Amino acid sequence: MSRHLLFSNIDQDGLNTLPVFERRGGYEMARKALSMPREELIEALKVSGLRGRGGAGFPLGMKASFIPKGTMQKYVVCNADESEPGTFKDRELMQKNPHQLIEGLIIAAYAVDATKAFIYIRGEYVLQADILDDALTEARRAGYIGGSALGGNGFQLDLHVHRGAGAYICGEETGLLDSLEGKRGNPRLKPPFPANQGLYQGPTLINNVETLATTPEILRMGADEYAKLGVEKSSGTKLISISGNVQRPGNYEIELGMSSRDIIYGLAGGPEPGRKVKFWFPGGSSSPVLLESDLDLGYDFDSMAKAGSMLGSGAIIVVDDSNSVVDVCLKLAEFYRHESCGKCTPCREGTNWTVKMIQRIQSGDATPMDLDIMASVQENIIGHCLCVLGDAMAMPVGSMIAKFRDEFEEHIEAARLRASLPVASEPVLIPGVAA
Amino acid sequence: MAANGSANDFFQSGPVDPASVRRFEHGSRVPGWDQPADLTKDPAAVPDLAQIEVPDELRIAIEAEMAKYPDRRSASIPALFHVQNRYGWCTPEGIEQAAAVMQLTPGYLVSVASFYDMLDLVPVGRNRVYVCTNISCSLRGADPLLAKLQDEAGDDPDIFVRGFECLGACDIAPMASVNGQFVGPIDLDEVPEMVQQIKDGTEPLPAKQLARRRSVDPEAND
Repeated sequence: MSRHLLFSNIDQDGLNTLPVFERRGGYEMARKALSMPREELIEALKVSGLRGRGGAGFPLGMKASFIPKGTMQKYVVCNADESEPGTFKDRELMQKNPHQLIEGLIIAAYAVDATKAFIYIRGEYVLQADILDDALTEARRAGYIGGSALGGNGFQLDLHVHRGAGAYICGEETGLLDSLEGKRGNPRLKPPFPANQGLYQGPTLINNVETLATTPEILRMGADEYAKLGVEKSSGTKLISISGNVQRPGNYEIELGMSSRDIIYGLAGGPEPGRKVKFWFPGGSSSPVLLESDLDLGYDFDSMAKAGSMLGSGAIIVVDDSNSVVDVCLKLAEFYRHESCGKCTPCREGTNWTVKMIQRIQSGDATPMDLDIMASVQENIIGHCLCVLGDAMAMPVGSMIAKFRDEFEEHIEAARLRASLPVASEPVLIPGVAA
Repeated sequence: MAANGSANDFFQSGPVDPASVRRFEHGSRVPGWDQPADLTKDPAAVPDLAQIEVPDELRIAIEAEMAKYPDRRSASIPALFHVQNRYGWCTPEGIEQAAAVMQLTPGYLVSVASFYDMLDLVPVGRNRVYVCTNISCSLRGADPLLAKLQDEAGDDPDIFVRGFECLGACDIAPMASVNGQFVGPIDLDEVPEMVQQIKDGTEPLPAKQLARRRSVDPEAND
């Protein structure tokens, strides 16, 4: 039995409008936050143990405390780019409860004393961006945004929705900042981190939609109580997106630490009858794959890391045994090749060559040695670029080669045999090819 | 415009598939040493707003976007969307108009537009149909769906069907985005009906619109 904070009564009629949201106690926590000293608010966020829900899992309280004090212009940016394949939790949250995010943004902005904030939403989410725009108009009219309806000694926030235009890399925080500044979304060298030099070179707090939307709930139930949810070092509830070969794909809110089997078989109904889980991505397509034998692991940050993968954005993609690992691997590599921004050579060329090598496997031109070359290409991408897009391909591809090497080799042999056979004739064994 | 950095220059070396990242002959995304550069051309300057005719609507829309940000360049993407909505795609003339309003070079805006998948620098159909072909959707039949949609749309110049990276709607896989409206899961035999609805300008497959889908979490609405 999990506790529902963000998804509690999410389909309530008119929840995306201000009157209904206010009737549920909306904006009261923002008012409460604005009456607290900033240090106390940041301390509460630290005590809650809330870790970033976008992928990296960095504690929010810690991140907020890195923002320097002083009179310079500071910014808060909400990362609503949500482009990790398999992730669609923020979409449902923004579409059905947009004011929750705006309230969270006010709290975070007040905590770090930022007076300008942006929601960077991916351009594909037209409906959700329109809903956010409408919600912002309501909040402005009511004086929550750019007014003094919340008290708070004259603290005012200037908040806008910024729509992206279709680029995976803009979910990476520094790529997002460049894109928001009106440039190509190329990631920047870190350090300096955005907390020191971010948007327009000012100190910037960047957080995921779910993270920010959780902050009002932390204040509502108390940071100590919130920290008791979940397991140690992974506190709270988490929205997870389950997709792929399961019977009930969708978003679910769980308490962290729940068994992965209960999530995939219990909540999502598991694969179609007669099918088995072949492998699964625990945190979006960028996470190394896990096998059926890993299903009994608890679903939390540390258990996933211990198993050699990551919780990432909380997107579980299940692949059943009717699928070939090579096909999935090719889809994956093609995606990262397309989305590589082209700034760093290991990523730009590494993704391209990985795709070419997998295509070679499928056309029958590869040898098992190519698997070793492919694995070494992955190793040479990891850690050698400005951002982790290259790693995001290299880690899952590397894990697939390591865990399904037999199947790759079988595939290579079968394709080689197929390619060497004369077209439309009886299968004959050609000496030296099948050996 | 005979200066370097115009939208025409970007695609001067042949036809371009709007759905893929451009690569040069040797496979790289960077032009090679053997790619000719016309050094007799000057880089395009910032166009003068007084000399270029910009429709009032477009100018006002772009200026409103610029007002939201501390730096006017931040309005690049919104401005390009306004150009695209007005002209159907990011035309060289439209880009020059936006550049004049924003006081940037057209080359700058082309460099931005060429980065993003939703901004088209070549003419495409006004109805944009993006079919998600990423892992989750392809496990549920996205590739046959894309083929069927392309087939059904045929050579209708008003419909642009392309495969797209993860659209963030894996719960309704296989799915498509029709002018921004998410629809799914789409059965193959619903495709003719859907294409007809796109042609008629009505809502595609109303029963399968994401906008009206309820949460699957059994405890979310207790």
